[in-house]
Amino acid sequence: MSPTSASTATAIAEAVRSGERSAREVVDEHLAAIEAREPELHAFNLVMADEARASADAIDRARAAGEQLGPLAGVPIALKDNLCTRGIPTTCSSRILEGWRPPYDATVVQRLAAAGAVAVGKTNLDEFAMGSSTENSAFGPTRNPHDTSRVPGGSSGGSAAAVAAGFAPLSLGSDTGGSIRQPAALCGVVGVKPTYGSVSRYGLVAFASSLDQIGPFATTVDDAALLLEVIAGHDPLDSTSIPQPAPSLRSELGRGVEGLRVGVIRELTGEGIAPDVARRVTAAADALAVAGAKVDEASVPAVAYGLSAYYLIAPAEASSNLARYDGVRYGLRVDASNSPEMMVASRTAGFGDEVKRRIMLGTYALSAGYYDAYYGKAQRVRTLIIRDFAAAYEDFDVLLSPTSPTTAFAFGDKTADPLTMYLNDICTIPSNLSGDPAVSVPYGVGDDGLPVGVQVLAPAMQEATMLRVAAALEASR
Amino acid sequence: MTDTTTTDLAAPDAGLPGGWQMVIGLEVHCELSTATKLFCGCPNQFGSEPNTNVCPVCLGLPGSLPVANDAAVTYAMRLGRALHCEVKPSVFARKNYFYPDQPKDYQISQFDQPTNIEGWLELPDGIRIGIERAHIEEDTGKTSHVGGGGRIHEAGYSLVDYNRAGVPLVEIVGKADLRTPEQARQYVAELRSIILAIEVSDAKMEEGSMRVDANVSVRKADEPYGTRCEIKNLNSLRSLVRALDYEARRQIELLEDGERVIQQTRHWDEADGRTHTLRSKEEADDYRYFAEPDLVPLDPSAETLAAIDASIPTLPADRRQALATAAGVTPVEAAMAVERGLDDLALAAIEAGANPARVMTHVEHNLAADEAVRLDAANFAGLVTMETSGELTATQAKQVLAEMVETGGEPGAIAAARGFEAMETGALESLVDEAIAADPEAWAKFCAGDAKVTGAFVGYVMKATKGQADGKAVTELLRRRAAG
Ligand SMILES: [Zn+2]
Repeated sequence: MSPTSASTATAIAEAVRSGERSAREVVDEHLAAIEAREPELHAFNLVMADEARASADAIDRARAAGEQLGPLAGVPIALKDNLCTRGIPTTCSSRILEGWRPPYDATVVQRLAAAGAVAVGKTNLDEFAMGSSTENSAFGPTRNPHDTSRVPGGSSGGSAAAVAAGFAPLSLGSDTGGSIRQPAALCGVVGVKPTYGSVSRYGLVAFASSLDQIGPFATTVDDAALLLEVIAGHDPLDSTSIPQPAPSLRSELGRGVEGLRVGVIRELTGEGIAPDVARRVTAAADALAVAGAKVDEASVPAVAYGLSAYYLIAPAEASSNLARYDGVRYGLRVDASNSPEMMVASRTAGFGDEVKRRIMLGTYALSAGYYDAYYGKAQRVRTLIIRDFAAAYEDFDVLLSPTSPTTAFAFGDKTADPLTMYLNDICTIPSNLSGDPAVSVPYGVGDDGLPVGVQVLAPAMQEATMLRVAAALEASR
Repeated sequence: MTDTTTTDLAAPDAGLPGGWQMVIGLEVHCELSTATKLFCGCPNQFGSEPNTNVCPVCLGLPGSLPVANDAAVTYAMRLGRALHCEVKPSVFARKNYFYPDQPKDYQISQFDQPTNIEGWLELPDGIRIGIERAHIEEDTGKTSHVGGGGRIHEAGYSLVDYNRAGVPLVEIVGKADLRTPEQARQYVAELRSIILAIEVSDAKMEEGSMRVDANVSVRKADEPYGTRCEIKNLNSLRSLVRALDYEARRQIELLEDGERVIQQTRHWDEADGRTHTLRSKEEADDYRYFAEPDLVPLDPSAETLAAIDASIPTLPADRRQALATAAGVTPVEAAMAVERGLDDLALAAIEAGANPARVMTHVEHNLAADEAVRLDAANFAGLVTMETSGELTATQAKQVLAEMVETGGEPGAIAAARGFEAMETGALESLVDEAIAADPEAWAKFCAGDAKVTGAFVGYVMKATKGQADGKAVTELLRRRAAG
């Protein structure tokens, strides 16, 4: 499962462009891998074998016709099933979207196609991206390729598992509170949450609009950078999209970390973090110091309140975003004698428990009389977190922390108490609240032999520096 | 209507019994006539086949995102500035409620930071009516209930047309400054002429591009505001006036019977001339407003605002004032000419030396609203001068004016071609004498002060001159003869 140089996206694209390998051959190879192990893992809600072969053939024909091929020519990619794909079911792993086929492609899906990537399937997730284990999927959980008795993390567990299992060298996830980075850590792959606004959200089914961001999974930092270069950049269809072109990232990766100031976040390395995970973070910090970085302890006090603020803001936005699933226009409809009853019946049958829990939390937090105490206060905490990060970045170029407090846990371990599950996101949530980028890089294993991820955080739009540090960690493993 | 000040700027009589006074505040929704919808590129078009002007955004499909239409934002700010509002940095907000015609089950509107705040509108008599805010929001789709006579609870099924979903609206929330149905009518008429003058909407109440909801309560003069009811379905100025009058009397009757007014939304039924309970509002709706995270705040630059101000033409109130000053009348008297868009013509004619009173008469009685464009102001002034100098009678002048509008001709030439020449007084006098001689009986009555017989003599002279005589001159001659 560890990447060989020939199986990386960069290597595949290179080989397809040069004619050394056909896109069809590459896709067939990956479809065979899926066929072999997908029944055991359930990474996908839908494997798009026919569509994938057809797009691979189209790429091969284009090459034969002498056309210029894109940077991801012939590279298989798995798409989280909350990204809209024209004419192909997009379920968000929820029954409420039963039968719905979007009439349009998400901006990222369009950009991938234009770059020559070949979508091989739609990956499983916690329903509407609400969860940290994929156990909240209406279609059953995904299993961790490293140990099938363990969760892959979530909510983008299917996308992380697909890359870890070699089903595709790349996949896309979405990250609202850690939904890319935490499963990346638990599955031993690279996962990036880009700066809010750097990747268009158009066509990403919303969970919490002010926190959601699409980002890459890959086996290497270089591949993640390649994918991010393709999907980033301004999109006029998303008002919150930053009006800047996609940054150049790959060219920066080899520059090393000499002289960079790296801060290890004190508040995220102590209590609540498993000792074996904490040791890997220390090892990462030491490795960076050895590579020439100036490593010190950093303090971002307000991150302590991140989880509480997040579990007011995200459900509040979700309660509104998920209102549209009412049975009137698309998806599941449970008939009743009038439209209000039909809406209630459809939503009761269509949403799972965790989604209902968050809709109720969010509705409550926004209610008249409670708004100031809950939603209003959470927004003020968010401002504090932004302020504290800004202060830390006066002293440091990047920050370091664990990605997840533990390695992959067993199925059912945390489903009894939602709060235990929520604590999984304690290290990842602050970046969503601040809007800053963060990446999880695999950095060895824990006491159980399962992957540990180290998180590198950077100021807004400093993905190049962030990925440089990630690449240095990768090289030091 | 939270303000309970008891002093009034002006409290004209609404004709209510027992010292009761009406307090009215209007909320007017105005559809902006932009080419495309508020948050997507779909055509903003009335009357298309159902569900043809739709896309993922205005259908609220999963994953779609709104992008604010610059033109709609500019229109809204232009309207705000025309209503003397302050244009503030503003944010969109979500108003959450479930309804089948609301594609996202929330409406993108504005809440605590609207685009336009604190303005006013001036009625023709100079009274200023406060505007609390004028905010931007999207329209909903339209539901039709099939079967059961179109009523929702009896319908067999319902259909929703989303063509209107996402059409840009400005909601103009007026202060509770209105005191009579007539003032309310004037307010809406004035608002409509402002909207038409700045060309942001066609403002048709009948087609729903301008929709008026009225909040009305009653109180004894100088007492705090009473409990209000909101009236919906006011599709014309006539409905507005009738509904307000009905509703005020309904509330007064309740109060005088010792009952209380229940705060509720009521539906005006034009056919039976009553308002009916739609829903009780005793428990306030909770729309769970919060800032729309999919859109960025609106913060127009000083240059943008300057350009918007520069794009606003002279508004009706100022036009009334200008014409009133020039014509020596009150702004109320100048209102009709302004309403019909004839004030520029009138001003130009007066400036060219024409008699203001005659100019105003022609503009009010002898010209239609769309006729000014075909009339050259200098020619119009020439016509009025010919009339006041006695070259043309009032009747002749009217005929010449009609032909000028028709052909764009010059009044002297038209009068000459028609053979209109001022009749010499001598010729007219002999015709009057002829008429007197022809009917001595009537003449005796006239001399005895019976004015009813005047018409007989005028008719005789008119017949003899084929209508070219000046009726006023004939009457004057008759009076002089009678006086001996
Ligand atoms: Zn549309």
